[in-house]
Amino acid sequence: MSLYDVLLNDSGRYFLLGNEAIVRGLIEAGVGAAATYPGTPSSEVGDVLSRIAKKAGIYFEYSTNEIVALEVAAAAAVSGVRAFTFMKHVGLNVASDAFMSISYTGTNSGLVIMTGDDPSMFSSQNEQDNRHYAEFAYMPLIEPSNPQEAKDYLVYSFQISEKYGTPVLFRTTTRISHLRGIVEYGKKMEINRMGHFKKNFEKFTLLPSNAYRQKEKLIERFNKLKDESENSPLNRIEANGSEYGIITSGAAYNSVKDALKELNLNIDILKLGFTYPLPEKKVAEFLRSHRKVIIFEELDPFIETKVRMVAQISGINTQINGKIDGFSPWSYEFNPDRVMDSLSMIFGIERRKRETYGDINLPKRPPVLCPGCPHRATFYAAKLVTKQLRLNDPIFPNDIGCYSLGYQKPYQMSDFLLCMGSSIGSASGFSQVTDQKVISFIGDSTFFHAGIPGLINAVHNNHRLVLIILDNRTTAMTGHQPNPGLPINAYREPATEISIEEIVKAAGVKYVKTVDPYDLKETMIAIREAVNSDGVSVIIAKRECALLRDDRMRKNGTWIIYQVNQDKCTKCMNCVRNFSCPAIFVDKDGNVKIDPVLCDGCGVCSTNLVCAFHAIERVEK
Amino acid sequence: MKDLNISMVGVGGQGVVSMGIILGNAIAKRGLNVVMSEIHGMAQRGGIVTVDMRIGDVYGPIIPDGKVDIIIGFEALETIRALKRATRETLIIMNTERIIPFTVNIGEEEYPDIEKLIRDLNIKNIVGIDAVEIARRNGNLQSVNMVLLGAAFATDLIPVDQSDIEESIKNQFPERSWNSNLNAFRQGMDQYRILTKAYL
Repeated sequence: MSLYDVLLNDSGRYFLLGNEAIVRGLIEAGVGAAATYPGTPSSEVGDVLSRIAKKAGIYFEYSTNEIVALEVAAAAAVSGVRAFTFMKHVGLNVASDAFMSISYTGTNSGLVIMTGDDPSMFSSQNEQDNRHYAEFAYMPLIEPSNPQEAKDYLVYSFQISEKYGTPVLFRTTTRISHLRGIVEYGKKMEINRMGHFKKNFEKFTLLPSNAYRQKEKLIERFNKLKDESENSPLNRIEANGSEYGIITSGAAYNSVKDALKELNLNIDILKLGFTYPLPEKKVAEFLRSHRKVIIFEELDPFIETKVRMVAQISGINTQINGKIDGFSPWSYEFNPDRVMDSLSMIFGIERRKRETYGDINLPKRPPVLCPGCPHRATFYAAKLVTKQLRLNDPIFPNDIGCYSLGYQKPYQMSDFLLCMGSSIGSASGFSQVTDQKVISFIGDSTFFHAGIPGLINAVHNNHRLVLIILDNRTTAMTGHQPNPGLPINAYREPATEISIEEIVKAAGVKYVKTVDPYDLKETMIAIREAVNSDGVSVIIAKRECALLRDDRMRKNGTWIIYQVNQDKCTKCMNCVRNFSCPAIFVDKDGNVKIDPVLCDGCGVCSTNLVCAFHAIERVEK
Repeated sequence: MKDLNISMVGVGGQGVVSMGIILGNAIAKRGLNVVMSEIHGMAQRGGIVTVDMRIGDVYGPIIPDGKVDIIIGFEALETIRALKRATRETLIIMNTERIIPFTVNIGEEEYPDIEKLIRDLNIKNIVGIDAVEIARRNGNLQSVNMVLLGAAFATDLIPVDQSDIEESIKNQFPERSWNSNLNAFRQGMDQYRILTKAYL
């Protein structure tokens, strides 16, 4: 039995992560199909589904990327099966082509699209506010504030989707998806996994003439949704009899509630859960009945601009404070202290802060590649080759994955990084406008997701670049989801494995070599050959993620570790400074040691390309 | 009941999040409101992990500055880093283990002298525990988090019974590791009481 089986129980009250509550919501909404590409903070929805979807009777897949996932879900929804797709905020950029148009066709059964936004960029390249996508596509927007609401509002989203035949955008943020709280279960609905697609050419085939007609229908539907939002229980007023009011939504609501308590303030709150289209009459009424209204929302003034518009159209001159007039910050997530700062500024309250120890100057602890990570070996080999060949200022475009950490010292091999797949497209551009050698890095899952078109482009247009595909046989950074390069699917059942090497060859690449990065010598020879080749050359550094190997070896008792023989160690520090495995450290007396708990036994540090003195030895049991 | 705010800090791989889940489940079982933040950051291992837990009439998981009641530090340096939001009233439980950041290994920074820092900052409300040693004696190096959970429970500040937590521990782990984890938890309790002379 898995820990997640409690999500299938008929009733109960559990301490669930927001993303786990969302899976429970799928079960209560009778969702029959779900698809995703993993991305923080949405990944755990898939991790849980991969374990229980089969039992629950839900079709679930990891798609190659977000737009494919959305298309899979959309087809299910138009065939009479409730469908769900979920992704991180930047994933919706990838899916946006289908997203914009599915709003035009509309759906039959419920279709909910979840975006996991990441204010403060805990694990993202930007903090774009995806609520704008709802407005962009005339799609209703639902924002929960905690795990209970995440579950309940998801069920509600499916009802709205079916009532109006529209997809619904369901927006969480990191602090909702990764908030653990109490969730009371509702009733499960029977899951309908199979449907029938009834053709309707004019609705579902967006030829220009059909799209032309659908646009008018879309606007009609959107106007009806305004009434729905107006009367939605998700948009509720918490009246405290105050002459001041706050309008808020999502995670900002929690910070507001906690801040008001700390400051002992009683202010009326209009909490929005059905944020778009905005309940304009309710907002107008709220404005009219208060002297001053403050808008607290994370990131962009999405609600604020609309509230100010309502005030302008209705001729209401209640004072409105928010981001636009500088009373609330535009960047990063909120917390009670930031909201208290804003409230103090607005009401001229002096904050009596408790004295803390404050900032103490301490060494940083940036994230690092794990002990035994095959990427470390690849970066080390690539670095040595660029030094040996005395390459003049080579450029290292990098990509989205654990290997982004090649950015860190001592490797510093991540010079340009935008988004999924950007390593290859940018490498092509660099190779055309500079004389610098270009060596790019991309992972296996990212290659399938967004790398292939860039590779074909590079070959077709005769660019000059070395592409190193770091194939660690998993989608590691988001929690080890499978990808098309593996012989298993989301249920961990047999699936068709797609060969990266065959794809690369089919794209017309002349120099292709698959190496084991733990074999530093072989890897260095391949990189040297690739750098000296013309055109596009590709190295596939293939070696399973160390964490997966650790798991297996710990379980079956084949665990080995290494130690430093102090008699042989010359303290040259090459292993510490240039290889930099986190298991290798310098103790208080200046001796190089290996932490027996952290060491994963990869043995790369014991080879003579890292330790020329053979001082690192396997511990005999 | 007064709200209770617990901050758990450590390094990826030390079991900070699973300790939070075990504690939260036990509190939830009591019918109390509890919220907890998990930051699943960039690094699977080696980065900083912070879990905030709030119990009582609260909404968000982020503890306001100066409102941390208990810090459970899984690593010495990270415990000191967590003091940023703590006051002199905050009770600090610190695993004395040192995990060296790579910035220190490559010679860019220095790992601080923790005892000197504690003296300089005049921190009184701190209990240092060698949780690794206790876990090692127990034959399960992965049970460091349970030792610290035992210590936290022994403060008598957390509104649950020992049986609530022990049941929660069993729900979290496979049966084969029940004994070592329960023993680690109980020895953590004992160690805290010995160190704070609660037995005298």
